[in-house]
Amino acid sequence: MLYSILIFGEDATFDQLSTDEQAAVMGKHHALQERLAGSDQNGPAAKLHATATAVTIREQGGVPVVTDGPFAETKEHLLGFYTIECDTIEEAIEAAKLLPLDIATIEVRPISWFGPGQVTESGDD
Amino acid sequence: MTSPQAFGRHFVSARPRAMAALTRYFRTVDLAEDAYQDACMRAVKSWASKGMPHDPTAWLILVGRNAGIDALRRRETERAAVNDPAAEPELGDVEADYADAIDTSDYRDDVLRLLFMCCHSELSVQDQLALALKVVVGFTVEEIARAFLVKPKSMEQRITRAKKKAASVVAALETPSPQERAERLNAVLVMLYLLFNEGYSSHGGSDHIRKALCQEAIRLTRLLLNLFPGQPEVMGLLALCLLHDARSRARQDATDTLVPLDEQDRKLWDRSGIEEGQVLVEKALRRGRPGAFQIQAAIAAVHCAAPSADATDWAEIERLYLALEKVQPSPVVRLNRLVAVSKVDGPQAALDGMSALSGDLEGYLYFHSTKAALHADLGNGAAARAGYEKALSLGPSDAEKAYILGRLSSLKK
Repeated sequence: MLYSILIFGEDATFDQLSTDEQAAVMGKHHALQERLAGSDQNGPAAKLHATATAVTIREQGGVPVVTDGPFAETKEHLLGFYTIECDTIEEAIEAAKLLPLDIATIEVRPISWFGPGQVTESGDD
Repeated sequence: MTSPQAFGRHFVSARPRAMAALTRYFRTVDLAEDAYQDACMRAVKSWASKGMPHDPTAWLILVGRNAGIDALRRRETERAAVNDPAAEPELGDVEADYADAIDTSDYRDDVLRLLFMCCHSELSVQDQLALALKVVVGFTVEEIARAFLVKPKSMEQRITRAKKKAASVVAALETPSPQERAERLNAVLVMLYLLFNEGYSSHGGSDHIRKALCQEAIRLTRLLLNLFPGQPEVMGLLALCLLHDARSRARQDATDTLVPLDEQDRKLWDRSGIEEGQVLVEKALRRGRPGAFQIQAAIAAVHCAAPSADATDWAEIERLYLALEKVQPSPVVRLNRLVAVSKVDGPQAALDGMSALSGDLEGYLYFHSTKAALHADLGNGAAARAGYEKALSLGPSDAEKAYILGRLSSLKK
């Protein structure tokens, strides 16, 4: 089954770390990425921009209304995700444990429907 | 993160909000600073043994408030400013309530008031920035002195004087009217942009400290946008800073010579910062209330969108400068528009427009270097040389001087 590994945390946390601390956080992401690289477990992954860049679209009185900001008015937001093919949720949890748990909370959740799409990378990168 | 170093990150990140709340409470910046420092020292002990609180900022405000009250009592001046019945709350549920309370509009005005205090009109720009760096950001006097190439002793005196001058702002706690709030916000945005520019322009100070100034300006603007999400100019300023900052690695070559935009290696630009800036500009402009920061950010975004200097959409940039002239009429903006005109309609068209500016911009280095470059494009060697030499006489920075000398020598070939 395909699992999502969802990363929740505060927007600015990473930027406020020292260079060494940032390197430690990135090291943990690289550990997971290296483990997945080239394997048939490796699904799409994404890091999201800061929540200030988000807009929220709701319907009000039958018309779509666009407002600034993320949907949830909480301190912790979805910052990014991995998708990973695993036989059991235990396996997905083990993979998630490689991530920097000290600055983020990780949610592991099975994927019900998956469209792989054609995009291979972010346009500008 | 439960190591003492990791606490430091929380102390830095909570500081603007905590200082705003504590300054509101004690009505003096000095007492608030001492109280915050005390709270941080208590946090190191408490967090290490009991774990991190759910909301570190609320914890620091509460504990800082108690610490400040203790200090006042010790000085037997508790009547000075303290009149809150909930002066000594037990931590726990109270902390949670307080965390909710600090998201209210009062709290938003507290942060704005503290920043507004720093841009007091009687303070010089440098004193404004020094005060903000000390009180809001939490830089040490030594760090600020290094940033402005001043002796620590005299920087300390200047900050003390600045605090005194600005004290009346924090003592007046009335909720600002919408118009006052807009004026405060505008003054604060200008100050934050000056702070960013202090780091971004290459005057003095080490690379390290200049980069820190840019980062702090961006951080405070993010905080402000968080508190005022509906203000497109705050969004515009954040976008503008991000778009400039994204290009900083390409602005100087290995010998510290300034590299002009059209010669920069665009592969060195930080794509992530550019993307975020571009999205913020688009979002801000959707609101249909364009202001100077939004338009400047839009101009920066057009530059950043071009895969090469030749591919720049100069016609769009000219339109944007025209819009900027409307909200911010100034000869420098007109000069910048004429640079865009030279790319669209040729150097002669721009030079024709520039003759009207020569009175206003006679003492402006960039006016003469721009004119010289246009003459050089037209093959007027003598006029180009005269323009560059005039620019050299107007006190360029080392990086600018090296650049102009390079141009002059290429003319002689």
